[in-house]
Amino acid sequence: MNVLVLLIPISVGLGLAGLAAFVWSLRARQYDDPEGARARILDDRWDDEPRP
Amino acid sequence: MTAACPACAPLPESAARAAAAPTPARADLVLHLPDIHCAACIASVERTLAAEPGVSAARVNLSLRRVFVTAAGPEPEALTTTLIAALAAAGHRAQRLDGAAERDAPGRDLLMRIGVAGFAMMNVMLLSVAVWSGAEATTARLFHLISAAIALPAVAFSGRPFFSSALGALRARRLNMDVPISLAILLAAGASFFGALVGAERAGWFDAALALTFFLLIGRYLDHAGRRAARSAAADLAALEAPQALRVGADGREEIVAARALSAGDLIRLRPGDRLPADGVVEEGVSELDRSALTGETRPEPVAPGGAVAAGEVTLTGQLLVRVARAGRDTALARLAELVATAETQRSRYSGLADRAAAIYAPLVHILGAAAFVAWFWATADGMRALDVAISVLVITCPCALGLAVPAVSTVTTARLFRRGLLVKSRTALERLAEVDLVVFDKTGTLTTGAARLTGEPAPEALARAAGLARGSAHPYSRAIVAAAEARGIAPAPVEEITEIPGSGVEGRLGGQRLRLGRPAWLGLEGDGVALAGEGAEGAPVLFAFEETLRPEAVEAVAALRAAGHDIALLSGDAPASVARIAGALGIETAEAALSPEDKAAWLEARAAEGLRTLMVGDGLNDTGALAVAHASLAPASALDAARSAADVVLLSGRLDAIAPMLSAARGAVARMRQNIGLALAYNMVAIPLALAGQATPLLAALAMSSSSLTVSLNAVRR
Repeated sequence: MNVLVLLIPISVGLGLAGLAAFVWSLRARQYDDPEGARARILDDRWDDEPRP
Repeated sequence: MTAACPACAPLPESAARAAAAPTPARADLVLHLPDIHCAACIASVERTLAAEPGVSAARVNLSLRRVFVTAAGPEPEALTTTLIAALAAAGHRAQRLDGAAERDAPGRDLLMRIGVAGFAMMNVMLLSVAVWSGAEATTARLFHLISAAIALPAVAFSGRPFFSSALGALRARRLNMDVPISLAILLAAGASFFGALVGAERAGWFDAALALTFFLLIGRYLDHAGRRAARSAAADLAALEAPQALRVGADGREEIVAARALSAGDLIRLRPGDRLPADGVVEEGVSELDRSALTGETRPEPVAPGGAVAAGEVTLTGQLLVRVARAGRDTALARLAELVATAETQRSRYSGLADRAAAIYAPLVHILGAAAFVAWFWATADGMRALDVAISVLVITCPCALGLAVPAVSTVTTARLFRRGLLVKSRTALERLAEVDLVVFDKTGTLTTGAARLTGEPAPEALARAAGLARGSAHPYSRAIVAAAEARGIAPAPVEEITEIPGSGVEGRLGGQRLRLGRPAWLGLEGDGVALAGEGAEGAPVLFAFEETLRPEAVEAVAALRAAGHDIALLSGDAPASVARIAGALGIETAEAALSPEDKAAWLEARAAEGLRTLMVGDGLNDTGALAVAHASLAPASALDAARSAADVVLLSGRLDAIAPMLSAARGAVARMRQNIGLALAYNMVAIPLALAGQATPLLAALAMSSSSLTVSLNAVRR
């Protein structure tokens, strides 16, 4: 059972990483404009160089 | 907030947070772009705005059809007009949106809490699985402590909307659904924490507390998202007609100001087609006024210097210079709005299905929990055991499914209606719509299009001349004459030197003959409508008569409503003759004419006193009182802002044949809500006896809670 000492922090840590990713995406306004995100992939303005 | 506790203010604590939090992407200016729809539009709008000096960044939100502009200079307000003009040159319609810089802060706040609760629930459940499947004493104890470390902060953070709402209700000495919810969450978490500290063998309730928070937050988010969509669409509609005025300064210079900036004594100029932003007296100019929005009267009335004009009226033919007598709060329009405000406080007392369920449920749950504690303590004299049973009763009865039952159905139905062009603005609108048995229509602008139509068959030659004269005029009768000539394939006569004489008519020359088209009184004649007169033998006057055009789908829509078992009535401020004609065409027996706005509201109140539930359909300012008094109300998107904000439902398509399907959808939704509440109660019927008998384990609670929530949500989305 000593393996739990490793496994539990790892599993909780992975969960926390997922939560952190969710919080980041929420803060970065990824869910504000779902329709726009769908349309913007067809936008060719920043094909050659990245958006400044 | 869920529908489970509608009495509280919507998320007060998150609103306060939103104000305090720094906005990462600062938006100085928000423009509404009603027509954008594709990637090319986004690129074009952003490129156009970025090219403007004074703009440091512009970001389009396609879901909301808005663009958020960050200004480089200190005065973003001054930019608005240039930006709108630049967008117009690029082919995009744009309007200024007031106070829309707020983004969906409460929604994101709820999402964040849902994310945290979901994360914690999954982890604690995984740990609980080990305990349920028989982990050894030390391991079980360790798992309890880890669960506590995850669950307690998560509950403290995610449960805040419930705690604050419950506290608010308790302070007001009321009970709402959030009181048993908060009590169950706190007791479950607290007792499990105590158990984990003393090293109890029995499994904890952490996963139950978290699952409860998670599912209830989802119900709350659904409720919030549905109403936010309707509210933002309503704000867009209001932006389409932000009232402005052309103020003439003391030095004769003219400037565009917002209507609310006007004050008594200001001089404003109105061009043909403008809506009056304030009450006042005409200083200069003659015109005809369309008062239909205020009175329901379709016939334009002439106005001359010295004549009184009221906010909401539209000048049709001439320029006017008006001295403002009353502006803002004091106008006739605002007094109508007061009528609305008093009626709305009455309506907010309507308690929905979820309220009524909560009113019975909340005390019952507390009594059951307390009774379980007392009975077990008396029987076993074991305080911990009794507390455990009481907690299991509270957790199991906790209205997880009940909190989802109503919001899930109303969100699904509202979204379906939204796709059909119906904006449901009010939370309890669906339930009130389902109870309607009398549908009351306004005439002008609702059953009729507001445009006039030529009646009879005037001689082709006279019609050609009249059309020739009428071509240049924006008066509704002129447009009707031109339309009638087009419909009959008659080319307008080549009339020259057309001059419009405001308030009277049009004058022109055909060959060597002078022609006049205008009010019969102006031409020395008697009668209604419009007369055409010329000089000489050919110039015998011809009288044109007009009637209103019925909306094409009105007959069908009224028939469909009658077939669905609703009574129909017609209330109008217009003259009895024209009301009787429309009522006859639609086969409506109850038709009242020449009603003032107060009369309309009184008529509806009288019906309410008879026990009838009314749906008022109207678009004018004279309908706002009635819209607010009626049990439920609907306004077409073409209605004035005041009417739209008084109505529960806004009909974006403007097609009346959407009303009958809407009412049946509302009835379907309420039936589904009852079903869902029934389903939730059925789960409780099974679980409560088990809990009272002390047989409810945390595993059973988790199973019952998840499966009942799932059943209820699936039942809501099925067709």
